Amino acid sequence: MSPTFEELKVGQEIGNRSIDVTRQDLVKYAGASGDFNPIHWNESFATSVELPGVIAHGMFTMGAAVQLVSDWAVDPAAVVDYQTRFTKPVLVTDTTGTHEAGAVIDVTGVVGALDADARTARIDLTVVAGGQKVLMKSQAVVKLS
Amino acid sequence: MSINPDLQGRSYPAAEVYDVGREKIREFATAVKANNPAHFDVEAAKALGHSDLVAPPTFAIIVAQRADAQLVQDPESGIDFSRVVHADQRFTHHRAIVAGDRLVAELHVDGVRAMGGGAMITTRSEISTEAGEKVATTTSSILVRGEGQ
Repeated sequence: MSPTFEELKVGQEIGNRSIDVTRQDLVKYAGASGDFNPIHWNESFATSVELPGVIAHGMFTMGAAVQLVSDWAVDPAAVVDYQTRFTKPVLVTDTTGTHEAGAVIDVTGVVGALDADARTARIDLTVVAGGQKVLMKSQAVVKLS
Repeated sequence: MSINPDLQGRSYPAAEVYDVGREKIREFATAVKANNPAHFDVEAAKALGHSDLVAPPTFAIIVAQRADAQLVQDPESGIDFSRVVHADQRFTHHRAIVAGDRLVAELHVDGVRAMGGGAMITTRSEISTEAGEKVATTTSSILVRGEGQ
C-alpha cells in the first residue's frame, strides 16, 4: 500500500536497508550505466591517481540508496526529485572468490519535510559506509496521493 | 593542462537519440539492486498507471553522462577524465521515464570555478523526448582534481 500524505509526520522513519557491495557489483554498474572510469574497477589505476583503492561510483551509491524510497512509495515514479552530495568515497575491497562483501552501505530514511500544497514528502537519507557518512544532503521528494 | 574558464555558459545541442529499452531498464535496475516490480514486470508497471516499464529514479544519468561526454571529450575543455570526482547530483523528473521513450539531452555548462589546482564544473542536462516534451532536468558538479589533490 502506498503511503498517504495525511498519515505522515516529520521525523518519522520510513525504514532502513543494508546493501552489500562487491567489486563485481561495480563492474555490473559500469556496464549498465556506461561509466567505465577505471577508478571503479582497477586497483593499480585507482592508486596511481592517489585514491586509497577501488571506489564505488557515486552514482551506484546514490542509485542503490534510493531503493528504500522507491519501495516505500510503491510507485518508483513518485520520486519526483532526488539529490545528493558525494562527500566520502566508498572503498570496496577485493573479496573476489569469497562470499564476503567488499563494502556495506547502510541506508536510513526519515521524513524531513512535508509540503501540504504539493502533497509531497521530502525523505532525508542517511547513508553510511565504513563508519562514515558517504552522502550528504541526500534528499528524495515523493509525490503522495 | 588546466580547465578552460571560457566553458562557463557554453551549451551543447541535443545529439543522438537515446532509445529507452525494457532490457536496459531491467539491467540498470538490477545494477542498483532495485527490486521494485515496476522496473521488471510490464503488468506491474501498467497496474500503477504507466504505459510500460518505469525507469529507476537515477536512470537518467545514462542520458546525462552521454551529454557530459561531449564536454569531457571536447579538446578545448582541458578535462582529464581520470582526475574527475563526482561532487553532487540532482534529478528533477517532470514525468516518469518509461520503456519506449526516445530521449534527447541538451547540455549546459552552468558554472566553472577554480579550486586549488583543479576546478569545479557544474553542468545541467535538459532531457526531453524527441518531440520536445520535457522529461527530466539533471544537474551535476564534478571536481577535476589538480596534481596532489
